[in-house]
Amino acid sequence: MTIDRNARIRDVKSWGDYFLLTIDSPAVGREAQPGQFVMVKVADTPFPLLRRPLSIHDAGESGIELFFKIAGLGTGILAAKRPGDPLDVLGPLGKGFTVSEGARGKNAFLVGGGRGIAPLYFLGKELLALGARVTVFYGGRRHLDIPMKDKLEAAGLRLLCSTDDGSFGFRGLVTELLCPELDRTPADILFACGPDPMMKAAAGMARDRRIPAEFSLESLMGCGIGACWGCVRRIRDAGGEGWVKICEEGPVFPGDRIVWTD
Amino acid sequence: MTDLTIDLGFLKLKNPVLTASGTFGYGLEFEPYLGLRKLGGFVVKGLYLEPREGNPPPRLVETPSGLINAIGLQGVGVKAFAEKILPKLKDLQTAIVVNVCGGDDDEYVAVVEFLERQEGIAAYELNISCPNVKKEGMCPALFPEPTFHLIQRIKAVSRRPVITKLSPNVTNVVEIAKAAEAAGTDAISLVNTFLAMAIDIETRRPRLANTFGGLSGPAIRPLAVRMVYQVASRVKVPVIGMGGIMTGADALEFLIAGASAVEVGTANFVEPDAAVRIIGEIEAWCEAHGIGRIRDIVGTVKAW
Repeated sequence: MTIDRNARIRDVKSWGDYFLLTIDSPAVGREAQPGQFVMVKVADTPFPLLRRPLSIHDAGESGIELFFKIAGLGTGILAAKRPGDPLDVLGPLGKGFTVSEGARGKNAFLVGGGRGIAPLYFLGKELLALGARVTVFYGGRRHLDIPMKDKLEAAGLRLLCSTDDGSFGFRGLVTELLCPELDRTPADILFACGPDPMMKAAAGMARDRRIPAEFSLESLMGCGIGACWGCVRRIRDAGGEGWVKICEEGPVFPGDRIVWTD
Repeated sequence: MTDLTIDLGFLKLKNPVLTASGTFGYGLEFEPYLGLRKLGGFVVKGLYLEPREGNPPPRLVETPSGLINAIGLQGVGVKAFAEKILPKLKDLQTAIVVNVCGGDDDEYVAVVEFLERQEGIAAYELNISCPNVKKEGMCPALFPEPTFHLIQRIKAVSRRPVITKLSPNVTNVVEIAKAAEAAGTDAISLVNTFLAMAIDIETRRPRLANTFGGLSGPAIRPLAVRMVYQVASRVKVPVIGMGGIMTGADALEFLIAGASAVEVGTANFVEPDAAVRIIGEIEAWCEAHGIGRIRDIVGTVKAW
């Protein structure tokens, strides 16, 4: 975890409201693990005041990639950055997905909804490199909401897509695509990131089939480093339930620890 | 070289910059980003006798140049703090101030009595002004009598200095400050957050599950400077000022208004090393202005 004030934007790609930033930041890139996040300072002025939490989409020796959708003022400012612009990045932060040598030969299902695909590209690549068989389930409302599909395929990941309106792939929810596939090809592990209802449904399917599963939770964050206690979710542990800071103990949690709400 | 030391009478600080309770965890969270020993001191997150669950989320909302929070003082409780955290802080050579909370006066007293048996604490900051734990922002610091009585009880059991943290959510903050001084507080810190609210116009729900929260950040700075000036010019005990300090210039504004020291709060969320940067900026300003001792600028605001 470094504050890299010398990070620099190398490339910006966009698909409607979705943006992919390539950022030169060796200090953050070298340390990053799949499922971790960064806090990005979007402005030098006090408004907007807080950094924005963003999942790491990919990482390597030269830096990181961030994939996000414009959701408000902060991400809007970030989307207007141009190659060559400096950026202040704090990270990598949090605890990511479990990626170990044990993945070799395992059948891993990755489920992403909308901008929730962001951390799954990095995860999928790492799992492939370890010798896992990886299938990505990628869902969105419309064709325009699954812009990372070509990139995922190009990385050699098996890809199944869904759209709510049927404009690309399976027509329906990504979890409706996932369910029969789980029955057809038994998965050894499941990872998911996306809207809460999607993750809750996927968690139920994994639990029913006794498949270990991990979920990347999202929250507004004040600091990203465990100091403000603003980003809590309801989490179970041996001592019972409580509000747990997802920036510090998460953002990735095993499914059996998350208390899902409607 | 500017002499940055500050003598509060009961406590000597290596510089006038502390970090504010509730924005700095228990200190250790920040060790990767700044040297804790460089700080004038830090105030740990508020502690009750027992662990505290806090409020349900959403707990935060960002507003123009500000942040409204309703954390509800979630924390480990004073026993876990003394057992697991305090021993790791003791070699830091900086002033460690413990922020003391209570559901009622007896609990405040019990927390202080417990802490009296621990070593490595420079002072207590009495948190009688959190707006997020009782209905409608209720807290002792809203009225002079409860403020007076609680401080008297704490002073009777404490061998350590007591700093009383005041609320800005009052008509006349000087009246509360005078009650705190009369009860024997060793110093006054202000301001805690401003009781605030934001509404999502689409759902028509408050943006915080707690409905209300406390506003902090640069948005409140002019209000805080005014209150620090009012209090510092009317009480004899030292005043520690805070409210939206992001830069050395902001800190200097509070010092000139009459604060003997400052606390940096919300800035820690944005820049985990903000407090150390601010110390450097204060020093650079003093050197550029030929100020040999930082204490010489305290309360030097000039009349028109």
